[in-house]
Parts: sequence; structure tokens; C-alpha cells
Amino acid sequence: MSGPGAPDLATDLTAAVDAVPPPVIAQTMGEYWRTWLARVRGGDAGALPVVVALLAVTIVFTILSPNHVFLSPENLVNLFDQSAVFIVLAFGMGFVLLLGDIDLSIGYVAAIGGIVTAQLVQPTPNVPWPLAILAGLAVCALIGLLQGSLVTRLRMPAFVVTLAGYLIWFGVMILLLGTAGGVGVTGSQANQQAIYGLVYGYIDPLIAWIGLVVIVAAFATVLWRRDAGRRRSGLVAPPLGLTIAKIVLVAIAGIIVVAICNVNRGRDLPIVGVPYVIPVVLLVLLAWTVLLERMQFGRHVYATGGNTEAARRAGINVTTVRTMAFVLCSMTGGIAGIIYCSQLGGMTTNINGGQLVLYAVAAAVIGGTSLFGGRGRAMDGLLGGLVIGAIYNGLYLLGLPIQWQLIITGLVLLAAVSVDSLSRKSSAHA
Amino acid sequence: MELMTGPTGVPARTTPGRAPAAAPPDEEPLLRLRGISKHFGAVQALYGVDLDLPRAKVTALCGDNGAGKSVLTKTIAGIHAADHGQIFWEGRPVTIRTPNDSSALGIETVYQDLALADNLDIVQNMFLGRERVSGIFLNEDSMERAAAETLAELRVTTVRSIRQPVATLSGGQRQAVAVAKAVMWNSKLVMLDEPTAALGVAQTRMVLDLIKRLKDRGLAVMVISHNLNDVFEVADRVAVLRLGRMVAQADTSTLDRESVVDYMTTGVSSRVVQGPASQRSEA
Repeated sequence: MSGPGAPDLATDLTAAVDAVPPPVIAQTMGEYWRTWLARVRGGDAGALPVVVALLAVTIVFTILSPNHVFLSPENLVNLFDQSAVFIVLAFGMGFVLLLGDIDLSIGYVAAIGGIVTAQLVQPTPNVPWPLAILAGLAVCALIGLLQGSLVTRLRMPAFVVTLAGYLIWFGVMILLLGTAGGVGVTGSQANQQAIYGLVYGYIDPLIAWIGLVVIVAAFATVLWRRDAGRRRSGLVAPPLGLTIAKIVLVAIAGIIVVAICNVNRGRDLPIVGVPYVIPVVLLVLLAWTVLLERMQFGRHVYATGGNTEAARRAGINVTTVRTMAFVLCSMTGGIAGIIYCSQLGGMTTNINGGQLVLYAVAAAVIGGTSLFGGRGRAMDGLLGGLVIGAIYNGLYLLGLPIQWQLIITGLVLLAAVSVDSLSRKSSAHA
Repeated sequence: MELMTGPTGVPARTTPGRAPAAAPPDEEPLLRLRGISKHFGAVQALYGVDLDLPRAKVTALCGDNGAGKSVLTKTIAGIHAADHGQIFWEGRPVTIRTPNDSSALGIETVYQDLALADNLDIVQNMFLGRERVSGIFLNEDSMERAAAETLAELRVTTVRSIRQPVATLSGGQRQAVAVAKAVMWNSKLVMLDEPTAALGVAQTRMVLDLIKRLKDRGLAVMVISHNLNDVFEVADRVAVLRLGRMVAQADTSTLDRESVVDYMTTGVSSRVVQGPASQRSEA
């Protein structure tokens, strides 16, 4: 280890009191860069591994796929659609992982959310689609409340409670689907079309561009005002260059996504536009990021996950925080279930809830969320979900059978968990 | 669990209205315990303990393992409610049954395991559970400014950035953050449980200096310590517990290491210390 920002961590313990640990936030770009390097060396790699993984997966599949079809606009939009389910499941799983818990039932809970919504938009009840979605999410939230209460009030291990939930909600799902064994949302009434259109409905290209400008402008304003205000009042703030870099990065990512989606990818009929599912996923990302990082509840989630005893002594109601994490986990699972329902055109008893759970955990952990609690962001689910989606999609393009998809996804999960464990190990040394 | 409510069904039978034991009002200590008893099932942990904690003084609480130091501290902190006895705060009789009662009076405890969340930064830890919000959002700027002010007042200047996770801090720095967290809330009494137990020489020095600064700010400080070097370095008064009984309570100048050890191990000491100078004789 060298450089001014990186004193040797091993000697730090024995050194004099004024030995300075690596600064976490620096004031200039160069200092920031060195700090970041020190953190990566110290084991806290942040988003680095997942970004590298995403680039590697993209390069490999682009080279290997026939006619390099992986990077075609048609396939990329398809990839976003497929990843959306994994991403939103990972958002949900993130809440319980932050507390060091796990929810094995999220796959079938998601399925139940999708089924409830789909059944409510059938011709007979014909419930307006927003109400149907709310009902689906409410059912999932109740399931989360039940499981969370069992974990916190009866002090049962989350692993066991949600393993039981996995079986119970699997059974309930089959009961709900009845003898037909499935429920579709491809019908012609407006309410079914609205659910189906979540993935297969597209935003008009012009409106998408206008929307992008508005979103980037709003993001830039909020970030700029916050960082500039902190720099002015002498508080710890990221350097000016970093603020600009973040804004530019978001703008470029937005332009790429909208541009790709606005290429005609239809064969016979033109298919153009951003699928609604993309802004929906981003909205969930925004909401959960604000909840976790800008609100008191989120702070308490991190504190409880980092040191439950400290949180309890600080007067935080740890029981409520944990219960709410299960509620939010299941409810977010419900959102994923509705997206899944739209993507498949309906729900059948063939839904593999077990695989969905594993993909949800994998996506969150690959994104950088710790299995040991206390570390993770909603953004991790987005990046990790894209990696899982890209592998799923790429292996399909290569024509590899399902067994290889399973093996390779498992290996990627192992790699991600080993990064998590190693970073814990090296931070324990510090 | 609801936040740490003490064992219910065991109400503290502090009798309000009874006059405090005779003491001139000008010397009324900040906290005065009289006849505090506590048992857990068949085990009697404290037998009628008396303790005075005056303002602007450091009181060391000594005792062998199992003497009842932790139980006494937790009784003052509201984690255990006393079975018998009276507690007077600024001369008024009070009841302390929950940690909230205790912190409402201005009592803060720095526990041995520090109760810091490693994954949160210094500011987040200092405001844990009492975050400042504007509307529904956290007011980070206001919290950061207040945290920086408190750390500066205590002259904790060795941390590079108050936005670094406490996992990256050294033991002494962590202790400093825990102490700063405790004094931030206009607290009048700070209790520190073995504050130097896990620290090296230089870091111990820093924490002891910090304790002296708390005293200079007019706070009553109680330090639980096994380390008699630390006790004689910072404490103005020493209280010794043995098997749940308070066996000695005196100014540091009237004691030396041997007498404290005598009290801790046998409950009595025949040693007579002549004057403040004799405490310097190394044990």
C-alpha cells in the first residue's frame, strides 16, 4: 500500500492516536480517486465488481452470439424486459438482506401478487387496473406482515419461516389458479391490456425524449443544489468534478437507453418506443433509494443490520424495522410478480418460484449487497439484475440448454458471494 | 421488543417525598442513590447501595468481577429497575424505570462494546435514533454541523473525515465518537463502562484527556474501571463495590492503590493514607 491516502491498515492499530485512516470522502478529484483506490484495496469495492461483470458478460456474449445479435436493439430491449423481474425482486430482497435476514418465499409471493392482479382484471370482476394492482400489492404486503411478525414476535428464524412460506404460497398459488391451471392477461378489454402493456406497451418516442430531458434536468438540479450547498457551507462534499461526472453519466445512460428503444425493432409491423416497464423499474429504484438513504426509516434499517444492539440502545424500535422490511420485501416482490405476469402474458402453475428466489438473492449480492447485513443499496439490485438478465438472455441466444444456464448463474453467484466474504474479511482486519 | 423497557412487574419502589439524607444544599450531588437493592430471582445483586455522583467530578466505580458494577450502572441507565431504594436527581426524588426515563434526566451511558454501528459513519452514529429531519427527509447538513461542533469542542480532531464509517476508526477514535455521542444531548451525567479496556497507551491517553474535558465542562462523570492507573489518573472520587455492597466511597486523595485493592478484595482497609502526595507512590 502506498500513497498519501492509504496508510497501512495493519500498523494503524498500534500507531499513535493521530494515525489517520484512509479518508472516505475527499475534497478534490485527485484525492477522491486515491481514496477510492484505497477503499478498493481495503476490500470495499463498491460497484466496481458488478460493473466489470456487466462489461465482461456483454463483451463475451457480443462476440459469441450469432451475428453479434446480443447488442442488437431488439435483443437489448428484450434483455431489459427479462431483467426487470430479477431487478425488482432484488429490490425487495435487498430490504431483508440489509438486516442479515433472507426471504425464501419471495418467488411464490410474487406469483400470488401477479395472479391476484390478473384475476381481478378478468372479464367477470373487471376491476379497474390500478385497483387490481393495488389489491395484488396489498395481498403481498399482508403476507410480508404475517411472515415478518412470525420472525420478530415469535423469534422464529427467517430462514425457517420463509421456507415454510415457500411451500405454503406455492400451494396457495395452485389453489388460486384452480382447475384451469392458469390465468391470462392477453384479452382485449382495457384493464387486461393495461397489465399486458406494462412490458408490451411502448412510450411514444418523442414523449420518451421529453421525459428523459425532464428526468435528467431534475436529477441534475437536485444533485447540484445539494453538493454545491454542502461545498459552500464547508461540509464534507464530493468534488465538483464528481458531481458533474455523475450528471453526465446519468444523461448518457438515459440517452443510450432511449435511443436503443426508439430504433424500430419490428419485423412486419414497426415496434418502436421505450417499454413502460423501464420507467416503472426506475420509479421503484428512486422510491426505495430515497427511503433507504434519505429517510429516518432507512437509516434505522442500516443501523439494525449493522449492529442490532446499538440500534436497540439508540431507542430504535428494532421489531418494527424488521417487520416493515419483510412487508416491503413481499410488496416489492408483488410488483415483480405483476411485471412477470405482463411479460408472460399471464400466470400458470409452471412458475418456478424457487428459481426466482435464487435469482433475486443472486442479483442483490452480485450488485454488492452483503448477505451479512448492513451493506447494500437499491442500485445494487438494478446492476445485479442486469447481470443475471444478461447471462440468462445471452446463454439463450447461444442456444445453450437450461442446465448450462443454471450452472453458470450459480458460478456467478458464488463469485459474487466470495467478493462479499473477502471484503468482510479485509475490513475485519482494518 | 419495544425499545428496552425494563423488566415490567418489578416496579421500583422509590418513595418520593422522603427527605434526602442530611446534606447541605450547596453540596447536593447531581445524582444521589440511597439504599438501592436489586435481585434477579434468588440472586441478590445489590444490597442497599448508596452512591453520590457530584457535578464536575469524576467518580470511579471499582470492584472485582461480580461486585455489581454493571448492575448498578444499568440501574442508573434504566435498563434494570431497582427493587428498593431512592434516587435523587438534583435533590428531587425521581424514578428511573426505562432508558428513556434516564436519558430524559440527562444521563448517558457509553457501554464497553460502544454500541456503534460499524457500517454507519460518525455523524450517522452520533445521531442514531435521534436523527434530525426536515419534513420527511433527513437533515444531513444540520446533523453534520452539530456533530463537527461537538467533536471540535471535545478536541477530537484526529479523525480525517466525519463522514467515514466507524469501521475505519481506531479503538481510541471509536471510544471518542461514543463519548461525543453521549455528551451531545445536553447530558449532565455520563457513565463510561471500562473506557480504556481495549486501548493502547496513546489511545488510553487520549480517552483519559477526553474524560477530563467532560469534567471541565461541568458534567458528572462515572467511570467503571479495573485499571487503577486510570482511576488514580482521572478520578476525583472512588467508590468501591464488593459483593453487591458499597464498601468505600472517598476522595481519591485519601486512598492509594493498596487501599482500593484491599476494599475490592476484603471490603476493609487498615491503611491510612497521609496526604495527596502518597498516591504517587507506585503500587
